[in-house]
Amino acid sequence: MPETFKTETTGRDLFPGALEMMILESLRRQPSHGYALVQHIQQRSNNLLQVEEGSLYPALQRLLKARLVKAEWSVSSSNRRVRTYQITAAGVRRLEEQISSFERMFEGIALVLNPAKGTTN
Amino acid sequence: MNWIPNIFRRGKLYDDLSEEIRLHIEERIEQLMSQGKSREEAQREAHRAFGNRTVMEERSREVWQWPTLESVIADVRFAARQLRRSPGFTIAAVLTLALAIGANAVVFSVMNAFVLRPLNVPHAQTLYQLQHSYEASAYQSYPDYIDLRDRNHSFEGLMAYTLDEVGLDIGNGNPTEVWAEETSGNYFDGLGLHPYLGHFFHASDERGPNSAPFMVLSYDFWHTHFLDDPSVVGRVVRLNRHPFTILGVAPRNFNGTLLFFNPPLFVPIVEHPSLGADDMNVRGDRWVFEVMGQLKAGVTPAQAVADLNAIGANLEKAYPKVESKMTFALARPSLYGDYLGRPVKAFMAGLMLLTALILLAACANLGSLFAARATDRSREVALRLALGSTRTRILRGLFTEAIVISLAGGSVGLLGSVALLRALSAWQPFPNVPIHVAVNPDTNVYLVAVLLAVISGLLFGAVPVRQVLRTNPYGVVKAGAFRGAGKRVNAREILLVTQIAICGVLVTSSLVAVRGLVRSLHVHFGFDVANILLAETDLSMAGYTGDRVPEMQKRMIHALEGIRGVDAVAVADSVPFAVGTSDVHVFAENATDLRTANAAADVNIYHVSPGYFRAAGTALLMGRDFTDHDDINTPRVAVVNGEFARRLFGSVNGAIGRSFKMADGTRVQVAGVTEDGKYQSLTEAPQPALFVPIAQFPSILTTLVVRANSASSDAAQSIGAATRNTLRQLDAGMPVIIETRDKPLEFALFGPRMATVALGVLGAMGAMLSITGIFGMAAYSVSKRLKELGIRIALGAQRKEVLQAALGRAFRLLVIGSAAGLVLGLLATRVLAFVVYGATPRDPLVLGGVIGAMALLGLVATWVPARRALSVNPLVLLRED
Repeated sequence: MPETFKTETTGRDLFPGALEMMILESLRRQPSHGYALVQHIQQRSNNLLQVEEGSLYPALQRLLKARLVKAEWSVSSSNRRVRTYQITAAGVRRLEEQISSFERMFEGIALVLNPAKGTTN
Repeated sequence: MNWIPNIFRRGKLYDDLSEEIRLHIEERIEQLMSQGKSREEAQREAHRAFGNRTVMEERSREVWQWPTLESVIADVRFAARQLRRSPGFTIAAVLTLALAIGANAVVFSVMNAFVLRPLNVPHAQTLYQLQHSYEASAYQSYPDYIDLRDRNHSFEGLMAYTLDEVGLDIGNGNPTEVWAEETSGNYFDGLGLHPYLGHFFHASDERGPNSAPFMVLSYDFWHTHFLDDPSVVGRVVRLNRHPFTILGVAPRNFNGTLLFFNPPLFVPIVEHPSLGADDMNVRGDRWVFEVMGQLKAGVTPAQAVADLNAIGANLEKAYPKVESKMTFALARPSLYGDYLGRPVKAFMAGLMLLTALILLAACANLGSLFAARATDRSREVALRLALGSTRTRILRGLFTEAIVISLAGGSVGLLGSVALLRALSAWQPFPNVPIHVAVNPDTNVYLVAVLLAVISGLLFGAVPVRQVLRTNPYGVVKAGAFRGAGKRVNAREILLVTQIAICGVLVTSSLVAVRGLVRSLHVHFGFDVANILLAETDLSMAGYTGDRVPEMQKRMIHALEGIRGVDAVAVADSVPFAVGTSDVHVFAENATDLRTANAAADVNIYHVSPGYFRAAGTALLMGRDFTDHDDINTPRVAVVNGEFARRLFGSVNGAIGRSFKMADGTRVQVAGVTEDGKYQSLTEAPQPALFVPIAQFPSILTTLVVRANSASSDAAQSIGAATRNTLRQLDAGMPVIIETRDKPLEFALFGPRMATVALGVLGAMGAMLSITGIFGMAAYSVSKRLKELGIRIALGAQRKEVLQAALGRAFRLLVIGSAAGLVLGLLATRVLAFVVYGATPRDPLVLGGVIGAMALLGLVATWVPARRALSVNPLVLLRED
């Protein structure tokens, strides 16, 4: 099947898969529900990343489908009904793979953008 | 692949999602309100921050959907839009496929019903009929049947049946002639059937001749003649004036074990004598139509045959005078063994092959239509390729288009064929005989139709694949689609010429057949047709025997002669073309050894009363008619036809006064000679016929030949009614069938008519194929050379020249194909002359008709491409590049 249906770009400013990676990372620290995830990502990025709140949900569904996270209805500390997401073992593995490949990519880009640094190393 | 459980979980997933998003927005609103914003403000802001909720929800759901489905639907939509844009192409393609797939569905359905589907009884796989090993017939004598039944060790029990026409009086004193199946007592039990109503008769009911006056009705007969009345069980009705008790109704879908023949009622075979036949226990008289039985478990057909042959050998030894060739083979009872089974299977296989070829040819033609389309769209394809679309994606689009067309064509074809099959199943070709062609379609038929549709879609969809794969986007965009002329002659053109030629053959022969049929209705066949009525009765059904028969026949003649408007009346046992004409062997006058092998001729024999020749309109060439003096007390005399005279005496002139011998040694003197006629088939070679006085050679079969003064249909109506009344006054319990003289000819015309219809249908198919073939080719050639044509027009070419350039090749192929078809068709009509009387190709109407039909066909096929070629606007074309 055409790949376009699996990796949709989630926002103008993010590359494909970035949002998923951030979600997984947040969930590794702590299970939480959708609203809290958005808050968390925006705070952690010092509001540098403008994530449209809604775009979180298609990403969450993709992760659910791939069984990288699991979801459960519960009641939060502030006493509201929430659907809490939790990372699975497969999710942790995938996250680590992605982070390492992301780091390699980032390194490569950095080298291209800043060649002087690369040659001195 | 966890999309299967996802399908079922989807509803829950979607609900969770909506709920989750609703709660998310709610939480945001509350948070914003806690920062001091008004509710309205908070709501606005929360929604803005969330983004387009519908789109997000939609995209989230998409994650769970089967990914291909959506893109397939998109492809189908795109294909439908493309097809809507070229309605001519779409209609031509769908109709072609509808006809081709419809034809396949009809033929497969008939084959399914006759050959593939087992008989509608339990354990049909082990049910076999006994067939003679030396010929495809199954007749046995009743004593032989009893011996075979009781002595064999291979069958669960042998059943027997025969078919008989009887007079049924259901209590209103107005008997009608119906067909009955006389079956052995073990028939229903042996077949493993259970009654729909009441009960069956059993082997234990048989205690010698006429010991079981019982009757079981078929479901259909009960439904139509007793209106589903359950109280018929136990009712007493009369068959040939003998009382019979209705025991029950057979199961709903059981119509006997012969596929074509649906007997309305079943009576025990031991009632054979009471229904008027005295041959029940004559060992040499093979009147039992069929003997069949279930093989015992573990017995192979070969073992059963050996078993039966051993019994046969014993019987031959015990009764050397009457028994011979008692060797057997096993066959399926549904088509009367190999008698119908072999020709039907061969015919169906041939037909299936033919329709498959038609479908293949249709696919080839559609393939060239598709190639033409692909050429037209090569620019679009190139553009898409250049923009990064994959070739797979483009091919998928093309195939989707092909499949959409083939499924549409398949559905239309299937609908048409279902209607046709329903009509065929309800059709009763012969009025007084329960012959049906039950070919209702079942699931198999639908499956085959869909399968054929998909396969043909893939087939013709594959034709332009190479073209697309080779498309070089840069080249096409730069230079347009024109790729120069191809090879001089290619396979597609040869196929097209062949199709046109076959179409020409079929058109020629169907025109010849139609003309022959029309002609054969106006020819003198040795008897008059126009002003003659036949009143057919069987005095045995009304209980007449012995001397009472001729006396009754005389009374009937006298009574009918009194009717106003009647010119002459005579009696015959049977008349030419009626069912049940008999034949006898005759011998030379001096013959002494009267064995069949020594016979001088096998002749049609008619037992007639004095005045028959005048009443029937058969010309007496010389000699005299019979008189009332030709009776039992005077020497036997006969009137023969010219062919008889030539065969036995060498010439017509020397025949009067000469004698010949019948098989029983009776010497008969020729008193007169009649003209030759047709007796059983319109296309038969001259047949010898023999007329003998019914007073000297009595017959219980009675057909009254009534000659009217006028040939008007009013006269026929009133005389028919008067005849019925008069005969009823003579004996109200006598079943009578009154029909005009042309009705028995229907049987003889059935074959030629079917042949004509078949040729017509095949001709229509051929025409359809030729039209799409030429259309495809012409469309392709116009598409390919559109730019060239535009340039020609721009340079001032005339319409004629443009057409010449665009369609010249298609027209040449049409002319070559048609000419070949016409010549071959004229040759083929020699074969046709065996089936259709008077089929001759020396007929200007036929020649003109064929040429006209082929020209029309060419015109229809090239109309659209020609219009397109002529309407080329050079400016538009050149600007496009």
